[in-house]
Amino acid sequence: MIIFVCVVFQLRSVSVDLNNDVSLLIDIPDALCERDKVKFTVHTKTTLSVFQKPEFSVPRQHEDFIWLHDTLVETEEYAGLIIPPAPPKPDFESPREKMHKLGEGEATMTKEEYTKMKQELEAEYLAVFKKTVQVHEVFLQRLSSHPVLSKDRNFQIFLEYDQDLSVRRKNAKEMFGGFFKNMVKSADEVLISGVKEVDDFFEQEKTFLLDYSTKIKDSTTKAERMTRAHKNVADDYIHVAAILNSISAEENTALKNFTFLQKVEGRVASDQELKLTELLRYYTRDIQAAKDLLYRRARALADYENSNKALDKARLKSKDVAQAEDNQRQCMQKFEKLSESGKKELTSFKGRRVVAFRKNLVEMAELEIKHAKNSVSLLQGCIETLKNC
Amino acid sequence: MTAMKTRAAVIRPNGGRGSHDRPGASRLGPASHRREKMAAERDPPPPGDAGQARFGEAEDGEDLFVGAVGALESNPSSPEPASLPAEDISANSNGPKLVDSFLDDDPDDLFAEATEEVSLDSPEREPILSDGPSPAITPIMAPRIDSTLFDQALEEEEDNGDTFDICISVSDPEKVGDGMNAYMAYKVTTKTSLSVFSQNELSVRRRFSDFLGLHSKLASKYMHSGYIVPPAPEKSIVGMTKVKVGKEDSSSTEFVEKRRSALERYLMRTVKHPVMLKDPNVLQFLESSELPRAVSTQALSGAGILRMVNKAADAVNKMTIKMNESDAWFEEKQQQFENLDAQFRKLHASVESLVCHRKELSLNTASFAKSAAMLGNSEDHTALSRALSQLAEMEEKMEQLHMDQAYADFYLFAELLGDYVRLLTAVKGVFDQRMKTWSKWQDAQLMLQRKREAEAKLQYANKPDKLQQAKDEIKEEIVEWEGKVQQGERDFEQISKTIRKELGRFEKERVKDFKSVIIKYLESLVQTQQQLIKYWEAFLPEAKAIA
Repeated sequence: MIIFVCVVFQLRSVSVDLNNDVSLLIDIPDALCERDKVKFTVHTKTTLSVFQKPEFSVPRQHEDFIWLHDTLVETEEYAGLIIPPAPPKPDFESPREKMHKLGEGEATMTKEEYTKMKQELEAEYLAVFKKTVQVHEVFLQRLSSHPVLSKDRNFQIFLEYDQDLSVRRKNAKEMFGGFFKNMVKSADEVLISGVKEVDDFFEQEKTFLLDYSTKIKDSTTKAERMTRAHKNVADDYIHVAAILNSISAEENTALKNFTFLQKVEGRVASDQELKLTELLRYYTRDIQAAKDLLYRRARALADYENSNKALDKARLKSKDVAQAEDNQRQCMQKFEKLSESGKKELTSFKGRRVVAFRKNLVEMAELEIKHAKNSVSLLQGCIETLKNC
Repeated sequence: MTAMKTRAAVIRPNGGRGSHDRPGASRLGPASHRREKMAAERDPPPPGDAGQARFGEAEDGEDLFVGAVGALESNPSSPEPASLPAEDISANSNGPKLVDSFLDDDPDDLFAEATEEVSLDSPEREPILSDGPSPAITPIMAPRIDSTLFDQALEEEEDNGDTFDICISVSDPEKVGDGMNAYMAYKVTTKTSLSVFSQNELSVRRRFSDFLGLHSKLASKYMHSGYIVPPAPEKSIVGMTKVKVGKEDSSSTEFVEKRRSALERYLMRTVKHPVMLKDPNVLQFLESSELPRAVSTQALSGAGILRMVNKAADAVNKMTIKMNESDAWFEEKQQQFENLDAQFRKLHASVESLVCHRKELSLNTASFAKSAAMLGNSEDHTALSRALSQLAEMEEKMEQLHMDQAYADFYLFAELLGDYVRLLTAVKGVFDQRMKTWSKWQDAQLMLQRKREAEAKLQYANKPDKLQQAKDEIKEEIVEWEGKVQQGERDFEQISKTIRKELGRFEKERVKDFKSVIIKYLESLVQTQQQLIKYWEAFLPEAKAIA
């Protein structure tokens, strides 16, 4: 089994619009991968007095992040906010399966081929690893830069509590039982589209988000397939290069071509993955988070409308009017609060999205150009050598 | 002889590598054959070329050095690829240096050696053989001399006529007829300045079975003498049926194009062979407007079945014949070609996988492009929406680019490898032919021995009346079998000689072929990359324009 220790990364492929507030800085400087479990080291630097120390680190598991996310989602107060999407579970399935296949096929390939393939797989493992760390890091950074969420008590506990969080996690599960979450998922679309919208802004957002969500999910899948195919092409060059190597020395220069072709194609594929596919993946989740907000608001609207109806009924029957009035007022307040904060959140969400897309598309284009130019000069060099010999 | 050994070892540029003994020893075989050939070829003087005017030792000297370069080109484990390829292959420039080494050698001595090599295990060579030479070193030695020697022989043959100038193209596939009797007719155009042809430019129409017929004739004529007859493209019942039935889809156009290209390569390879080029069947094929229909090429014809039976018989024979390989060169070569065959098959499979994946990439890019377009439409931020649409358009172009590259991968690379996999089978067949020839010779020897034993027995027989008659009979048979033994030996030597020549030519051609294909392939990759740059550079400002 592969064990990665103390990996340090600089990547920040999916940009998050972070404010430049330095009062709370969070990063994940390293992580350890053991079998299925990844242990992240969450490092915090802060000037806020609410924390006991100005700088500290704690070990956290993926499940801890999920606990934090769920807790935030289920907090009534934050109903009007877009809760940053939970980071996906670290998935080493693909490289692990490939590694297994490689082990089985070892006998059929040359030593060089095997070594190269192994290197490729290790690089893939590393890439998956880096991605998962980054996605967990971004989650925390979104929280720390949010004016409201950064003050959440559970968030602070997450950052600071130096004991194992698993006990707390279990308690939370018992309390909420994940019921709310499940309900949200299934009733989502129906409720949002069913509720009659009073506000133009939200009407537009609703239409937009519902449509966009489907499209971006589809684009993510297609992008994943594209980058995977690209990776396969790159890997094929390993085999071709290895066999050409054992056939002739004359073609040695050509071989170096194929070896580096594989490297270049591989890099093109992985850059595409990071800039395009990861971007789409992230925003698919973020769009879902925005939709969740719409759902909560729609539910609040439904509650508000129901409370109005109840009030009318109470007035008609002259029974429990005060109670009904109270209820109605509460629902109205909740609804208005959600609408107000929702509007702000959705607007800033759009801004964030546009900035992220721009950054990634520009970076992807620049990288592709760089790789292609690199390829051209190397290929031309090798052609010259071959022609002359 | 020992003196020659060491001197030769010194000349060889790579002589410093590893064992000095081995190189010297293994060279005895081919060297002696070479000398033998020299004697044979000394009679018709090669025209014109000053370098070749010096016979005997001088020629050997040049060969030795030139051989070094030639073999390096074709040998996988050559230790110094960088330095030598740059050197001039021309015999002239290298001649004087190496002449000295051989001037002292007594040609007769070497000839004596020559005959020894062929039939018996030379006692000198046994200890060396038992050393278990590293396969890396030994292949370097033998082919080096031979390939160039025979290159020169080739050049001699070419110089006899015009320079090798012939270009064949297969084009304009046209469907003739309807239904299941329909067939594709191809236009075969020959452009040449060779004198064997009646005109400089010829054009005929041929169908696939004509090509198979040609191959069949050439194979039956030349294969048993040890010539590597280029194999014809494979039949494909499925592919052809689609075409016959009239399916006008992309797979049948692809099939026709694949076949056309294969036929062209087949003809070029055939005419590149100096012996095949002069064959009347080939000339007839390229020149005459009407060709008798080659019916025996059909898979289910009588001839077809006979072929299958013969193939099976050959396979069985191959298992039962255990040849006493006295010539290490052949042993090494056979091993080398077995390895090469395995490698080529693997490479072919890998390249086919590459083609397949690239096609997949193209399809996935297309579907991503569509999805991105939809996403762009759905996007409510104007500038981002435009950028996404641009991305979609660009990806569409990339799809085509990838597809084109896949075709290049395929036609340049994969098909060439397929050709070589089949060619290698033909090469292996040639080794089998040699084995058969050897076997025939051995059988003759065995028979001769039996007859002699029978004669000896007669001496001690007790039937005086029948004795004289039997003795005469036996004496006749003995003479007959002695003749057969001699013929067998000659045949064996001839085929061995031819094979050496053929293998040298094959290696040379292979290297040339691969080099040119790899260059073309790399150029296609360069084109693709340059196109990619254009596309991305067009997209970049769009992405930056997102505000």
